[in-house]
Amino acid sequence: MAHPELRQRSEFEWEIAPVGAMRVPAVFFASQALIDALDAKVFEQACNVAALPGIVQASYVMPDAHWGYGFPIGGVAAFDAEAGGVVSAGGVGFDISCGVRTLHTGLTAAQLERIKTPLADALFAHIPAGVGSTGALRLNDKAMDAMLAGGAQWAVAQGFGAEADLLRSEEHGCMAGAVPGAVSAQAKKRQRDEMGTLGSGNHYLELQRVAEIFDTQAAAAFGLKVDDVVVSIHCGSRGLGHQIGTEYLRDMTIAAGEHGIRLPDRELACAPIDSPLGQRYLGAMRAAINCALANRQIITHLTREVFARIAPQARLDLLYDVSHNTCKVEEHVVAGKVRRLFVHRKGATRAFGPGHRELPPELRAVGQPVLIGGSMGTSSYILAGTRESETRAFSSACHGAGRAMSRHAATRQWHGRTVVDDLAGRGIVIRSPSLRGVAEEAPGAYKDVSAVVDAADAAGLARKVVRLLPMACIKG
Amino acid sequence: MTAYWRHFSHAADIGVAGVAPDLAGAFVQAALALTAVVCEPQRVRADSVVEIRCNAPDAELLLVDWLNALIYEMAVRHMLFSRFEVRLDGTRLHARAWGEAVDMARHQPAVEVKGATYTALRVFQDAQGLWHAQCVVDV
Repeated sequence: MAHPELRQRSEFEWEIAPVGAMRVPAVFFASQALIDALDAKVFEQACNVAALPGIVQASYVMPDAHWGYGFPIGGVAAFDAEAGGVVSAGGVGFDISCGVRTLHTGLTAAQLERIKTPLADALFAHIPAGVGSTGALRLNDKAMDAMLAGGAQWAVAQGFGAEADLLRSEEHGCMAGAVPGAVSAQAKKRQRDEMGTLGSGNHYLELQRVAEIFDTQAAAAFGLKVDDVVVSIHCGSRGLGHQIGTEYLRDMTIAAGEHGIRLPDRELACAPIDSPLGQRYLGAMRAAINCALANRQIITHLTREVFARIAPQARLDLLYDVSHNTCKVEEHVVAGKVRRLFVHRKGATRAFGPGHRELPPELRAVGQPVLIGGSMGTSSYILAGTRESETRAFSSACHGAGRAMSRHAATRQWHGRTVVDDLAGRGIVIRSPSLRGVAEEAPGAYKDVSAVVDAADAAGLARKVVRLLPMACIKG
Repeated sequence: MTAYWRHFSHAADIGVAGVAPDLAGAFVQAALALTAVVCEPQRVRADSVVEIRCNAPDAELLLVDWLNALIYEMAVRHMLFSRFEVRLDGTRLHARAWGEAVDMARHQPAVEVKGATYTALRVFQDAQGLWHAQCVVDV
């Protein structure tokens, strides 16, 4: 239900002007249909974010937004430390640096079709997924700290992948400024045996084929042709990130009063960037980003091991790795001036446009790959950052379909076995440790990812490059 | 008056709620609701016990701390819990949780819980005198 103060700026952009405690407008990127379907809570949460100290320009909401914790999922907000800006544990969330990486395989859909089922079985057997699953790797205290400081670079140095992988990852696989000492012993203990695990819920490893190309030049730069097969991995910082989120959310909630911050919602828990608590959180959160990067790197290595056995002709080069629950320091142009901002993306993907210096040379002409996950039976998309995305929402785009239905409603509507059988009938192999988990994640429980991506494209957040269709999915 | 737990809907996640004639009982029921997010509590044997202690500035934060302590024990011990004993002393909580190691085949766990949140967080006594303890958990 649309908010009474919502005004349409253009076909795919909407605004609630500042009112009450709001310091900046709340800006929504969506089609009329997506706006009409938005939960009223999303408007409320976006307006609450707009009231936080030091927020710059606007509180932005992506087309896949839904009700989150303090921040909406699909929320983007940038803060300036020099203007009293804050860093928010709620604005990053529990699954710090949850993200997607996509690997080429060098195989065609026809080649994969012949080995799809044994390959899915072998991936399911080799990559730990689901509740209580553990990885083969055990990290002692020293190795844990090295991993938290080094991210995917640490993983590659341990033999999990190649140097070339790092060039195709945000931050080149290692988030600077991580402080392992700011991560509690509990958080480290929770991660002790979870390296190289997928997790559960909406996390997955999917074999996908390129079904459609929208931008030939960008697709060529990304190395994609119709019927190419790719592997997409969706997971995050596992127990370590969850524990850091839990602990700092609590600390920031309790300390808000001392910092003179009035929280309309406890979940907006935040601290001034320049405060000791804010700085400690940034150090811990960056360590969790490294944990997620290392985790996806190890899963990449496990995936390559399986392919080497089942499809030795495959070559699994990394296309790109994106994180969609982060706070990163970036330079952006605001009112003609370059400012150093702490950009929170909660369920939103960075989408640097062509020419950005962070991009590897071979992608610089077309923009950053923006990897948009689907939901087992639906399309996934690869987009590219645009020149205009910088002026839209600090170079940010959507991150997935976004849920349309609660887990409860989904289990009332579908049985896991039926979902698996229906998808098998469409040629999609599902492997999961939990049928109830599959029901909760039924494709119908999500918004129409194509409508979300069309809105992101039309709003200029990112442009469509290719559409992917699932062939097999290992569901956590 | 009987004690019970229930789940309530949240866009992406699940709300857990415990109701009982006393606050400690409501915390017990909320813990059962937490286990039920993962699997049916009756499938979990109460074989071994874990001691939990929490202290928080108010009853609502104490509920979140209690559930997060259980989530932590579930994660590091790879356990599920089905029986709880809670004692409250102001804003201090002393508890024991009984359960067993996760058995994928028997428990069929659907999803792991990342953390208890402050969303829809409420601890209150209703007009009938029943205590309610609830919040959304992130999965």
